[in-house]
Amino acid sequence: MIGHRVVDARGSFCPGPLMELIAAMKQVAVGDTLELLSSDEGSARDVPEWVQKVGHVMERSERDDARVWHLFVRKAK
Amino acid sequence: MRIVVVGGGMAGTIFANNLARRLSSELKAGKARITMLSASDKHIYQPGWLYVALGRMTPDELEREEASLLEPEIAFFVDPVQSFRLGESHVVTRSGKVHEYDLLVIATGSRPVPEDVPGLKENSVHCYSAEDALKLHDRLQAFTGGRILVTVGLPHKCPMIPLEITFTMHDFIRDRGLIDKTEFYYTYPIGRAHSLENVATWASGEFAKLGVRQETFFNLKEVDGAKGCVRSEEGSEVKYDLLVAVPPHRGEAVIEENKLGPNGWIPTDRYSLHMQGDHGEKVIVLGDTTNLPISKAGSTAHFEAEVAAENAAAMVKTGRAARSYDGKVFCFIEAGKDRATYAMFTYQKPPEPRAPNAAMHAFKMAYNQLYWASVRGLM
Ligand SMILES: Cc1cc2nc3c(=O)[nH]c(=O)nc-3n(C[C@H](O)[C@H](O)[C@H](O)COP(=O)(O)OP(=O)(O)OC[C@H]3O[C@@H](n4cnc5c(N)ncnc54)[C@H](O)[C@@H]3O)c2cc1C
Repeated sequence: MIGHRVVDARGSFCPGPLMELIAAMKQVAVGDTLELLSSDEGSARDVPEWVQKVGHVMERSERDDARVWHLFVRKAK
Repeated sequence: MRIVVVGGGMAGTIFANNLARRLSSELKAGKARITMLSASDKHIYQPGWLYVALGRMTPDELEREEASLLEPEIAFFVDPVQSFRLGESHVVTRSGKVHEYDLLVIATGSRPVPEDVPGLKENSVHCYSAEDALKLHDRLQAFTGGRILVTVGLPHKCPMIPLEITFTMHDFIRDRGLIDKTEFYYTYPIGRAHSLENVATWASGEFAKLGVRQETFFNLKEVDGAKGCVRSEEGSEVKYDLLVAVPPHRGEAVIEENKLGPNGWIPTDRYSLHMQGDHGEKVIVLGDTTNLPISKAGSTAHFEAEVAAENAAAMVKTGRAARSYDGKVFCFIEAGKDRATYAMFTYQKPPEPRAPNAAMHAFKMAYNQLYWASVRGLM
């Protein structure tokens, strides 16, 4: 079964949303999608950069009315 | 009200003492009872292990009898919990004793798991226990030159350690007269030298001055001891002569075994600090073992414990909680050359670190002693 998990990293300055995502990525199976919630402006830039470098898949990203980013990343390896 | 605290570390001890003081008359009248269950009769000041690795402290200086730190009304047992039966509101300990509760506080901390990365445990040294800190010290003493590679797993406790260990080892090697024969190579999981942006900018400037090489977007995949190199998830390979790790961490195995949270991190409400999910209304989670997206640090444990104790006391006295945890964290940052700075932030407020100075280092050194008053709730 393909899983979907939410990583709520709103308000996280340290370790910050990207480190939360990297840590959570190790806990899910290949094919699963993580939805990262981030209130950090930088996430829309640094998350796709890391995802591309490491070889996972950036499915989509969107920002809600509360200015929270929802970044959907699929574990590919 | 029967309150059971699981874990006699920073969070559990500060919570229990703070609550005992607030409820002194209720405890005397038998209207409230506080029981602490821990895995050890010792309380350890873990931040001191950094100084053990550098030969500036010895492990015995960092230990006290837990019983000596607790308010006398707290019933303390060295009898670790094995089974959390949240549906029946009780826990069962190793000795088979059953402890029923109206409020359960879980504060079992976190542990390094270098074994989660192939080759890391066998080929690296770190400072995440007294024994390991002594080993790191031995390796630094025996080092004759070459490349010292600092590598960082996720998640880890104390977010400042990657920088602190690099700066302070640099001092140590310089003082041994080996700096010309040594290359420091610092790696970090994201695209800058630290999670806090302004700390990262400052650290990279210091690295440039000291000649420390840095590689970012470096997440540990495996260590090849035979070839003496580390490979990253991002496809890079770096050789080392001495590999100093900040290992990845998990919560305690008992948390995973009881299915309270993946990898031992318990889903926790960021404001109320109650466990999320079934039976969470009677369970509070504090310190490293929460899954909150904030630093796994003693200061986090401390601020959370104060809020939780105020809330528990208010529940006993008025039947309602007092306030929310605002995500407050305060971290010292040892910057080498006997200077330090700090970062303080909440869920809402980013940190504004200042330039390191000697006074802040002196304060940190004093805090290493003042901690024993702080954990008793005396400051
Ligand atoms: C090298 C190093 C440097 C650090 N530097 C800093 C720093 O400068 N500033 C800072 O703020 N933080 C620092 N920290 C982090 C800080 O020490 C931890 O974040 C803090 O101790 C967490 O508190 P805790 O109560 O969650 O867990 P701990 O203090 O680890 O306590 C956990 C307790 O649970 C008990 N336990 C375990 N299993 C069971 C069980 N089954 N039943 C009952 N009890 C159990 C253990 O015996 C222990 O008493 C550092 C840590 C290290 C290792």
